[in-house]
Amino acid sequence: MRKPEQELADIKSMMERSTRFLSLNGLAGVLAGIYALVGAGIVWYWVYFPETSYSQGATEMHGTELMNNMLLLAGVVLLLALGSAFLLSRKKSQKNSHKFWSSASKRFLLALFIPVVTGGLFSFALIHEGYFHLIAATTLVFYGLGLINASHFTLSEIKNLGYGQLILGLIAAFHHEYGLLCWTLGFGILHVIYGSMMYYKYDR
Amino acid sequence: MKGTYDKAFENVIRLRIMSILMVNEQFDFNSFKEILEVTDGNLASHLRNLENSAYIRVEKSFAGRKPLTNYSATEEGKKAFQSHLEFLENLIKENKT
Repeated sequence: MRKPEQELADIKSMMERSTRFLSLNGLAGVLAGIYALVGAGIVWYWVYFPETSYSQGATEMHGTELMNNMLLLAGVVLLLALGSAFLLSRKKSQKNSHKFWSSASKRFLLALFIPVVTGGLFSFALIHEGYFHLIAATTLVFYGLGLINASHFTLSEIKNLGYGQLILGLIAAFHHEYGLLCWTLGFGILHVIYGSMMYYKYDR
Repeated sequence: MKGTYDKAFENVIRLRIMSILMVNEQFDFNSFKEILEVTDGNLASHLRNLENSAYIRVEKSFAGRKPLTNYSATEEGKKAFQSHLEFLENLIKENKT
C-alpha cells in the first residue's frame, strides 16, 4: 500500500483536475491589462483632448462618431485579450499535458461568460437608451460577478480579482466622473497586478 | 479506529475514478480515459469492478450518433469512499502521534 499522504494528495489532485480549469495563464491577465490600459489611454485622449485635432482644423469628434470609435476600440481590446488568453492557456495545458477542452474548462467558460455576455448586451441597451455614463460601472460589475462565479471552477485567486472589479464598478456607478478612471484601474491595473501574482505563483 | 479501509479503492485507478465521481455529478468514459491516461480495456475493467460493488451507476445514451456512457456515484459508493477517506486521515493522525 502507498503512503496515506500520497493517497490523499492523489485524491485531491484528481478532484481539482476534474472540476477546475487549471490552465489559466497569469501572463494572459497581464496582457489583457496592458491592452485595456492602452485602450483607456486612447479613449482618455479622445474625450479630454479633443482640442488638439480641433485646433488643427479637423472637426472635433462628436457624439455618434466618438461612440462608434469607442465601441470599435473596445471590440479590438476584447478580441486581443481573449485571443491571448486562449493561446496562452492552450499552451499551458499542452505543457502540463492537460486537456484544454474538457468538461472543467467548459464549466469555467460558461460560469464566466453568462454574466459577462449579459453585461455586454445590457451595456448595448444602455447605449441605445443614452445612459453612456453608466457603461464603465456596468461592464465592471458584470465582469466582477462573472469572475466570482467562475472562481469555483478555476484557480481561486480569481475571486479576489472579481471583488475588486465589483467595488470599482459600484464606485463608478455613484461617481460617473470617475467612470473611466475606475475602468482603467479595474480592467487595466488590477489585471496586471493579479496576472503577475498568478504568473509568479503558478507559471514560473 | 474510525473509517474502514476499502479493498475496492486499493487500486489507484479505482481510487481516482471514485475521487472524480465524488465531485462531478456525471463523468463519461472518454473523459475518464483522457484524465486517467489508461487504455480502454483497463479502464473498462475497473469501471465494471466498481459497478459490481454497486458503487457507481452506468447510464448509456447517445450524443448525436455517438454512444455516450456516463457514470455517477451511488449513495453507497459515496459512503464507502467517505469511510475510506476517514480511514486514511486517521492513519495519518496516528502516525504523527
